[in-house]
Amino acid sequence: MYRILEREDLTPTIHLLKIEAPRVARKAQAGQFVILHHGEEGERIPLTIADWDRAEGTVTVVFMEVGTSTRKFAQFKAGDVVDDFVGPLGKPTEIENYGTVVCVAGGFAIATIVPIARAMKAAGNRVISIMGFRTKDLVFWEDRLGQFSDELIVTTDDGSYGRKGLVTEPLTELLKTRDIGRVIAIGPTIMMKFSALTSKPFGVKTIVSLNPIMVDGTGMCGACRVEVGGETKLACVDGPDFDAHLVDWDLLISRQRAYLDQEKTSDERRQHHCSGGGHCG
Amino acid sequence: MAKKELNLNRVSMPKQDPQERARNFGEVSLGYSKAQAIAEADRCLQCLKPTCKDGCPVNVDIPEFIKALREDDMPEAVRALKAKNSLPAVCGRVCPQEQQCEKLCVLARKGAPVAIGRLERYVADWDLATEGTPEPQAATAVRGRKRIAVVGAGPAGLTCASDLAKMGYGVTMFEALHTAGGVLKYGIPEFRLPKNIVQAEVDYVKSLGVELVLDNVVGRTELVDELFEEGFDAVFLSPGAGAPMFLNIPGENLNNVYSANEFLTRVNLMKAYLFPQYDTPVKVGRRVAVFGGGNVAMDSSRCALRLGAEEVYIVYRRSEAELPAREEERENAKEEGVIFKLLTNPKRLLDDGQGNVRAVECYEMELGEPDESGRRRPIVKPGTEFEIEIDTAIIALGTRPNPVIPSTTPGLELTRQGTIATDVATGRTSREGIWCGGDMATGAATVIDAMGAGRRAATDIDRYLRQK
Ligand SMILES: Cc1cc2nc3c(=O)[nH]c(=O)nc-3n(C[C@H](O)[C@H](O)[C@H](O)COP(=O)(O)OP(=O)(O)OC[C@H]3O[C@@H](n4cnc5c(N)ncnc54)[C@H](O)[C@@H]3O)c2cc1C
Ligand SMILES: Cc1cc2nc3c(=O)[nH]c(=O)nc-3n(C[C@H](O)[C@H](O)[C@H](O)COP(=O)(O)OP(=O)(O)OC[C@H]3O[C@@H](n4cnc5c(N)ncnc54)[C@H](O)[C@@H]3O)c2cc1C
Ligand code: SF4
Ligand code: SF4
Ligand code: FES
Repeated sequence: MYRILEREDLTPTIHLLKIEAPRVARKAQAGQFVILHHGEEGERIPLTIADWDRAEGTVTVVFMEVGTSTRKFAQFKAGDVVDDFVGPLGKPTEIENYGTVVCVAGGFAIATIVPIARAMKAAGNRVISIMGFRTKDLVFWEDRLGQFSDELIVTTDDGSYGRKGLVTEPLTELLKTRDIGRVIAIGPTIMMKFSALTSKPFGVKTIVSLNPIMVDGTGMCGACRVEVGGETKLACVDGPDFDAHLVDWDLLISRQRAYLDQEKTSDERRQHHCSGGGHCG
Repeated sequence: MAKKELNLNRVSMPKQDPQERARNFGEVSLGYSKAQAIAEADRCLQCLKPTCKDGCPVNVDIPEFIKALREDDMPEAVRALKAKNSLPAVCGRVCPQEQQCEKLCVLARKGAPVAIGRLERYVADWDLATEGTPEPQAATAVRGRKRIAVVGAGPAGLTCASDLAKMGYGVTMFEALHTAGGVLKYGIPEFRLPKNIVQAEVDYVKSLGVELVLDNVVGRTELVDELFEEGFDAVFLSPGAGAPMFLNIPGENLNNVYSANEFLTRVNLMKAYLFPQYDTPVKVGRRVAVFGGGNVAMDSSRCALRLGAEEVYIVYRRSEAELPAREEERENAKEEGVIFKLLTNPKRLLDDGQGNVRAVECYEMELGEPDESGRRRPIVKPGTEFEIEIDTAIIALGTRPNPVIPSTTPGLELTRQGTIATDVATGRTSREGIWCGGDMATGAATVIDAMGAGRRAATDIDRYLRQK
């Protein structure tokens, strides 16, 4: 049983939970993830560690509502308990002094890149962050990421805030005009793929955090297979960080869609349940 | 002992009808009635030198529990059985008895060994169903406040933990998943081993005072060396051999290609067969190919049938004689309609253009000279490629040790297979204070072997801690 100490809505569909999990907090490092599971009928879902406080014994996750499980977790309030909270899983992000590092993040991943930017800054890097959103109403944590960034660029697809356009545009400019030691890109798969394509011609090593479907998160099932440099890897133990230029993106995108029909069935059933009964969760 | 007429009529086990059971997850074998159990127990000769016991890795006192059963003294039968076996309801169901206790029963030579496993199941089920049987209490004399950490709550860990708790030690069991039981929970299906039985066995171990910490991946959440820093005096490693093996052929990462571990975990642990009531999905189309010929392959194929597949193939590269699965499970699979494609080996998995598997291309095989395993080596017959149309592929080749613990525990010697090197008699590893047993020490084996290793380690840990 893991108690939720805080719940915050960063946007209408992106939520933060701060959870009491001292054993996980003690070991957490930037780039690692946890698995949450709740209720006999629940699914095990992976979420990146967005923050931790070792003294307080807490771990923070930030997630976006996309389907059944994330919508269920969106019902949680401060004071509720989550049955299972496992971690920290996966390898931590490689942190060194690379000179100048560009951190690119989109959507919910703004939260997950913060600890990486913080660690990169602490390791002596100059940190330039690019955060991308669909529209102004979805912007969050500009101040928080800004705190660890020497420069911060915000883009929105519709131009309602910051620069109009995609994160890859400022990324291209930076790669053209500056001496960049490393790029970290985290967000929706398609954004990571295009960030990889953008940096590849410049030969700047780019790290992405892959998010295939997982079950156990400990290397036991093989659900999270990805191909990197022509080899099959398990994202939960060999990653989730990988060299973006070696990832087989089309395979990843295809595998993420493996249960599309079932996810729809499950989601419709839950939504129907909710509107019908009038009380969710 | 008075000469007794030999009775070679083994009482057969009532089972669900094959047609019906192939579509439900209810238990296949229904268990003996009291009359059947007593009739079968009556066939036992109560040998003065019971060879059957030698076939049991934990040396269950077989004639003793059978005698009590026959005399209708069930509490005594339970006591005799549980003295050596802490998970009898499990072993009675899943032990490969034909290769163990029943193989060495004197009546085996006449082709009709006493059905020891079925009797064991009968006694254990009676115990589970009977309220008011004296609960074995946690030993009260604590042995000098010594504490032991057990890593992994499968059969090896559960046995080691319960033995040590009974000796009076403080035991904490760390388990990576959200529930205890290991393969008994996530691998072996409900229709062969109901999960409430596994849970009852876990609860029994907890009733002995063993503390169970779930959601704790040792090597990640906690390192083995940190367990010593936290004050544990000894550590028993029993994390199983959890990492799946793949075929390494083209097309293996297509959608709807599963490792048996993933498929069975989705179905058994996450109850995907009750989707969408349960949130975890699994996909089984019309036609399914399962690669491999062991228990894991049988379980996968039979789950696929129960999830609604119309045709399920076992694709195995050797012949029927070499199939490693238990005979009973092979027969059950056949009765339920699983189709065996023997002397067949996959070359590659083909795609439907949308990232899903569409077919498997296979070779025909023939058997050559025996290889180092003593079995005849399968050889590809060139030019014999043919396709089987499938919607789902399940790779059931076995498992290898998960490197999470070895790679985070300095000084643990490994074997060439990646298992942790141990002394078989004691379970000691190359590091003082660390023991290991079960699949992590032997590679994939059996429930009862894992339990035997847990028991031997508990005995040796006790010896060690008393000398310390
Ligand atoms: C290492 C890792 C870290 C992640 N970190 C975050 C995070 O910090 N914040 C966040 O919002 N999301 C994160 N995700 C994605 C998150 O796990 C999925 O959005 C979530 O599991 C979807 O579940 P659902 O039932 O709500 O949606 P569903 O309707 O089931 O699925 C929606 C989509 O999510 C993906 N998905 C479904 N089930 C799983 C699963 N068991 N494991 C992984 N992906 C799945 C699929 O691509 C699917 O198409 C991470 C994923 C991984 C692998
Ligand atoms: C599908 C299937 C069918 C089988 N059928 C039979 C059968 O009919 N008869 C038979 O005798 N045998 C059968 N077996 C084999 C038998 O189940 C195993 O040999 C036995 O379970 C091994 O026991 P164990 O305790 O070593 O490991 P496991 O049962 O694998 O348990 C290990 C436990 O440790 C946990 N763990 C792993 N890593 C960590 C970590 N780092 N930290 C904490 N916990 C960890 C795991 O989650 C698991 O719960 C079958 C196996 C499978 C997969
Ligand atoms: S534990 Fe297994 S091998 Fe031993 S007597 Fe029971 S069924 Fe036979
Ligand atoms: S060997 Fe067979 S007949 Fe003899 S005691 Fe054992 S079970 Fe009974
Ligand atoms: S999630 Fe099961 S192996 Fe990675």
